[in-house]
Amino acid sequence: MKIDVNGTAHDVTATTVAEALAELGWAEARVATALNGDFLPKGARATTPLAEGDRLEILAPMQGG
Amino acid sequence: MRSFYGVTLSSPLMLGTAQYPSPAVLQEAFRASGASVATVSLRREGGQGQAFWDIIRALGVHILPNTAGCHSAREAITTAQMARELFETNWIKLEVIGHADTLQPDPFGLLEATEALAADGFEVFPYTTEDQVLAARLLEAGAQVLMPWGAPIGSGLGLNNRYGLRTLRAAFPDVPMVIDAGLGLPSHAAEALELGFDAVLLNTAVAQAGDPAAMARAFGLAAQAGALARAADPMAPRDMAQPSTPVIGKAWL
Repeated sequence: MKIDVNGTAHDVTATTVAEALAELGWAEARVATALNGDFLPKGARATTPLAEGDRLEILAPMQGG
Repeated sequence: MRSFYGVTLSSPLMLGTAQYPSPAVLQEAFRASGASVATVSLRREGGQGQAFWDIIRALGVHILPNTAGCHSAREAITTAQMARELFETNWIKLEVIGHADTLQPDPFGLLEATEALAADGFEVFPYTTEDQVLAARLLEAGAQVLMPWGAPIGSGLGLNNRYGLRTLRAAFPDVPMVIDAGLGLPSHAAEALELGFDAVLLNTAVAQAGDPAAMARAFGLAAQAGALARAADPMAPRDMAQPSTPVIGKAWL
C-alpha cells in the first residue's frame, strides 16, 4: 500500500507501523513516531495498523538551540 | 541558583547543540564552557540521528529537548510527546512561534500548550517574552520555570528590554528563570545573571564564533561571574560622584 513517510511517498508491504519501520530499515533505530499528526508511542507500533494514504513521521535526535 | 524542577545545576550556562562547524567542535565547546544543560531537537530521520544521540549522551549534561519551529499548540504538544519518549526526560523547552521574522512566541498557543503539557506530566520551560501578564498565566497553567527572551533568536543583541526583564524578575522572586535567546556576547550573559536570572541559554553566539570553544569558555566564565556578583549584593548606582579615597586627613597644601 502507498503511505507517506517523512513527506515522501513509499509503497510498503507492511501492515503495521512496526513492520513499516523494519521495512524502511529503522527497526533498531532510536526514533519517535507520529501517525497522521498524532504521537504514536513505541509500545503501540506493533499493534497499530496502517491504512492507504497514512502519513507516518519518523523523527530522530537532532541538533537544536 | 533556584532549582529547575528539583534539579540544581552545576553551572548557570545552558548551551545549544546546533550550527557548530563539526561534532568535534561541539564537544570541545561543551567541555570548555562547563555548560550543565544541552538543548536538542527532533527532525526527520535521515541517517544522522543515531550518531548525534551518542555524541549528546557522551557530553554528560542534562538534556533539554525543544519544540523549535512549531507554530501551533497542537504541533508543539505532539513534538513534546515524541521528545519525551526519544530523550527520556520530562523536560521540554516549549517554543510556539508566532512570527516568522522576530521568532516571537505566540502567547496564546504557548499558554494552551503549557497547560496541556503540564497536565500530562511534562516539566515545561516555556520560551516567552518579558510580558508579566503572560508570565503569570503560564505559571497558573503549570509551568514552574520561565524562559524570557533577551532579544530575538539568533540576533545577538543582548538584553533588549532591561527594564521589562528586571520588572519580571522582581515580580516572581521564587520562580527560576532563564534568559533564552538573543545573547551575543559574554557580557550579556553576565548582565543577565547580575539582574538575578538563574541561567542563560544560548547557541548561535558560541557556535558561530570564529573560535567556538574559546567563546564557550568566555560565556561560562561570564555567567559564573554574574552569578557571583548577584550573590555578593551589588552597590546601588548613584548620579553624583562620591570620593572613594578618604577626605579626612588630606594635607593642607
